[in-house]
Amino acid sequence: MSYLSLTERDCQEMLAAIGISSVEELFRDIPVGVRFARELDLEPPLSEQELSRHLEELAAQNVDTSKELSFLGAGIYDHYVPAVVDTVLQRGELLTAYTPYQPEMSQGVLQAIFEYQTVICELTGMDVSNASGYDGTTVAADACYVAKHATGRRKVVVTEATSPQVRQVVKTYAPGFGLEIVEVPHRGGVTDPDELRRAATDAACVIFQQPNFFGCLEAAPDLAEAANDAGAIAVAHVDPISLGVLEAPGAYGCGMAIGEGQSAGNYQSFAGPHYGFFAARNDFIRRMPGRIVGETLDAAGERGYVLTLQTREQHIRREKATSNITTNQTLLALGGLVHLSWLGPQGLLEVGETCMSLAAYAQRRLIDVGLELVFPERATFKEFAVRTGRSAQDAIRIARERGVHPGYALGRDYQGLDDALLVAVTERRTPADIDRLVEALTP
Amino acid sequence: MKLIFEKSQAGRRGGELPRYDLPRAEVPEGLRRKMPPRLPELAEPEIVRHFTELSTRNFGIDTGFYPLGSCTMKYNPRVNERLVMLPGFRDLHPYQDEDAIQGALELMWRLQAALIEVSGLDACTLQPAAGSQGELTGLMLMRAYFADRGEADQRDTIITADTAHGTNPASVTMAGYKLAKVQTDARGNVDVAHLREIVNERTAGLMLTNPSTLGLFDEHIEEIAGIFHEAGALLYYDGANLNAVCGISRPGDMGFDIVHINLHKTFSQPHGGGGPGGGPIVVRDKLEPFLPVPAIVKEGDRFRLDFDCPKSIGKVRGFAGPFGVFVRSYAYIRSYGPRLREMSEVAVLNANYLLARLREAYDLPYDRLAMHEFVLSARSLKRDHGISALDVAKRLMDYGFHPPTIYFPLVVPEALMIEPTETEAKETLDEFAEAMLAIAQEAEDDPELLREAPHARPVKRLDEVLAAKRAIVKYGFEDHPDLHAAKAEPRELQAQRGASSS
Amino acid sequence: MAASESYPDDLRYHAEHDWARVDGDEAVLGITWFAQDALGELVHYEPPNEGDTIARDSAYGEVESVKAVSDVIAPLSGEVLEVNAKVVEEPETVNDDPYGEGWLVRIRLADAAEVDSLLNVDAYKQVVAEA
Repeated sequence: MSYLSLTERDCQEMLAAIGISSVEELFRDIPVGVRFARELDLEPPLSEQELSRHLEELAAQNVDTSKELSFLGAGIYDHYVPAVVDTVLQRGELLTAYTPYQPEMSQGVLQAIFEYQTVICELTGMDVSNASGYDGTTVAADACYVAKHATGRRKVVVTEATSPQVRQVVKTYAPGFGLEIVEVPHRGGVTDPDELRRAATDAACVIFQQPNFFGCLEAAPDLAEAANDAGAIAVAHVDPISLGVLEAPGAYGCGMAIGEGQSAGNYQSFAGPHYGFFAARNDFIRRMPGRIVGETLDAAGERGYVLTLQTREQHIRREKATSNITTNQTLLALGGLVHLSWLGPQGLLEVGETCMSLAAYAQRRLIDVGLELVFPERATFKEFAVRTGRSAQDAIRIARERGVHPGYALGRDYQGLDDALLVAVTERRTPADIDRLVEALTP
Repeated sequence: MKLIFEKSQAGRRGGELPRYDLPRAEVPEGLRRKMPPRLPELAEPEIVRHFTELSTRNFGIDTGFYPLGSCTMKYNPRVNERLVMLPGFRDLHPYQDEDAIQGALELMWRLQAALIEVSGLDACTLQPAAGSQGELTGLMLMRAYFADRGEADQRDTIITADTAHGTNPASVTMAGYKLAKVQTDARGNVDVAHLREIVNERTAGLMLTNPSTLGLFDEHIEEIAGIFHEAGALLYYDGANLNAVCGISRPGDMGFDIVHINLHKTFSQPHGGGGPGGGPIVVRDKLEPFLPVPAIVKEGDRFRLDFDCPKSIGKVRGFAGPFGVFVRSYAYIRSYGPRLREMSEVAVLNANYLLARLREAYDLPYDRLAMHEFVLSARSLKRDHGISALDVAKRLMDYGFHPPTIYFPLVVPEALMIEPTETEAKETLDEFAEAMLAIAQEAEDDPELLREAPHARPVKRLDEVLAAKRAIVKYGFEDHPDLHAAKAEPRELQAQRGASSS
Repeated sequence: MAASESYPDDLRYHAEHDWARVDGDEAVLGITWFAQDALGELVHYEPPNEGDTIARDSAYGEVESVKAVSDVIAPLSGEVLEVNAKVVEEPETVNDDPYGEGWLVRIRLADAAEVDSLLNVDAYKQVVAEA
């Protein structure tokens, strides 16, 4: 298969115009010693039909959520993606555009990002959102960098009940940023505000997740207050799909709100590409990483949109930039905008309430058949931890034999939870699905 | 055009959700949302029309020629879009058990093998989300490598070229390194004499794009690599311009130790108006122990994720990377196979043909054969007619073309950086050349026409100064009380119908 | 309205396109017409804090246009007595009146002898001519 247009005659005419006689001559500036002398050792080209068959065969080896009833979550969720998302994201003018450096050619994407920024600010209660970060982990590292420069402090506090992947990425970035990372353990599934307050002394920021990795609802306003008391910036890592029912971080004193956008508008897709969102109070606007779109006027006085405050960014500020980010996740963020527009405030509330009532139903039913919740005292949103009465790996194996993937084995990340599963229940699961889960987990 | 919030009416909605007869679960007091977010409220037909109208105000490769230098705006095959939506890819959870993700792991493993072959190096990670994250990851690898050798404190400086993408110096700072810059010589190569002055025992490495952002292959690349390796330092290859040299010259053979590859450039991941992208890095074997986790391991016919890598730098992104990007780029590579060389040859042929057609009308700061892109200057137009590179760019829009990259690289005044890519027909290149020549003539005959361009886009030239001063970065609901009065007040949304209170 | 090119005789200059108006043991600092013209319309001024110590030849603040950001280099060492709040609010003041309303900081000199090292107007015009 080939996506090339030139005919032999074209080539000859073009070589003549250049004033050379062969394609090889084009490469005469490449020193002989570094020219590649053989053919690339790659498999032969495939036609579109052959290519489709090959990838269909690879895809068929995977067990996706249409083949197995899934209660997996732990950061990536099987929420419903409405058809309008696919429709919009396949518009070639949006799909095949580059970053909108030339605003007159890019009003569509620019306005969409402006609308996305507005939606993220509405969800989080913040003043400014960027046009997206890579995912829910890297925006946490971004937040640390912003906080370090805003406060002049070099310590970052992260709660242990924050996603292990987020913590791991923050730790990977920390040496380059010159940051020390301190973790605060959970107490029975949630973070103790007083313990957090003590840890936050001299910290640049405090990162906590709401709902946290165990699915439990933190006393988020108390955690934010603990951070603020210590002069640290409170950073909430939130799930956008929860923000119809749960309070916005801006309403309880957070300076930044970040998160993984996947649950709003993106397929699971083996964890990517998705979008991370990054929103903050106005105090931090000049330290924000990434693209920001602003409203302006054109020469005729009509409203339009441009990339703005670009002097923060690498192409202008270079080694003093607030981040090196260039490519972001605009198309996936657009998926989020379309999904959230399709839901509207009423729909977002209903998704949240549906997830909560289904998850509560699942917890009741599992207790009914004799299983124990790991954190029975805690309120939850769409995920919860349950003890299976055997090793979680065994529980998963047995359930999968019955066509159900019952959840994530928490022992992978937390000591003492080898028998625990983290079960995620989205609005795509029905009460009958949950009955199958219960059956598959019944000892 | 109205914003979606200006089309919104309280009480409308797009989608309905299934309803189950279950007790309502209550959010604890103090955590429950009090003021609903002012999300748009539209019926689905109006949502589709809104975003369709937005798309008509945007320009992609599907719309027309997009010679944005350094961005490799090539055609994005439609079959790849279909393949990425196969349920086995689209609906796959990353924590599925290993036996249930064999196809995904095999695809990633095969993609890694292809990138290793194209790079001429030994080991690959697909994890970084974009080229700039690949850069940062590469620098973290350098840090880990030197720490392992006990040289971390000694080697604190990275050298970049003055032609470098802005991401290079930004990444250097984020990785905790100091920056030193090497100049460009009169032929557009790295100034080797200057380089010898600044490389020393404190040098950790070099970051270089080759061909450079000037579109020129560095004629001294072997000598440059020798200088760094003799100093015990490493070489990092910014793969932004790899589209010039696939199957023609490999970074590993040039002497580079770490390479990032922009999957959204060379391997045709659609860029989506800003992203997603993919920035895998490929390294020499001595750096393999430090790669991010998990590694993908092949054992017999089976694949698994290996997290047991004690020297690993850790993770730079969630899970194993942007998988959907891998599907598209793997499909792209399989459609070419060894003919990737032809892909690069045609990219270079197209660039040189355009250069030949334009060289008389614009200044050419470095008169050499170009690789996949070339840099012209509008310096003479500016001097003679007061017409800047920006004016030329805006006028090109009226001819139906996306402008080239302008004002980059920084070493060329009034720069116009043109990259046609291999997927353009000769007729398109000719039409673009005619437009560029006509604009050069217009600069002489009617400069006002250019200064006021574009004339044929949905908006006129936009005021970026005003945008920066006002910093309006979200919709001002409070500025439109007539539209949003009802929503400005706290509103108790209706609890879900069909649900009873517990 | 942008000012037209001028370099007043009564100022002392630094080759990084900064000026100083010395008055006893104090000085007012700013950027020259050439500097503001090269940057274009200013949209942001990041000033030092009052009370900060600034050092000759080192950056004490930043000015930004839409497409460029530039360190402001101190021609003289001293302590910042006052930041021009008008420029913080309306950075384009520098474009309109670089030597008057568009001053950036007022300092108390640390070493009056440093003044002798600055360029006079003719020497600075030579720097501009060669730029």
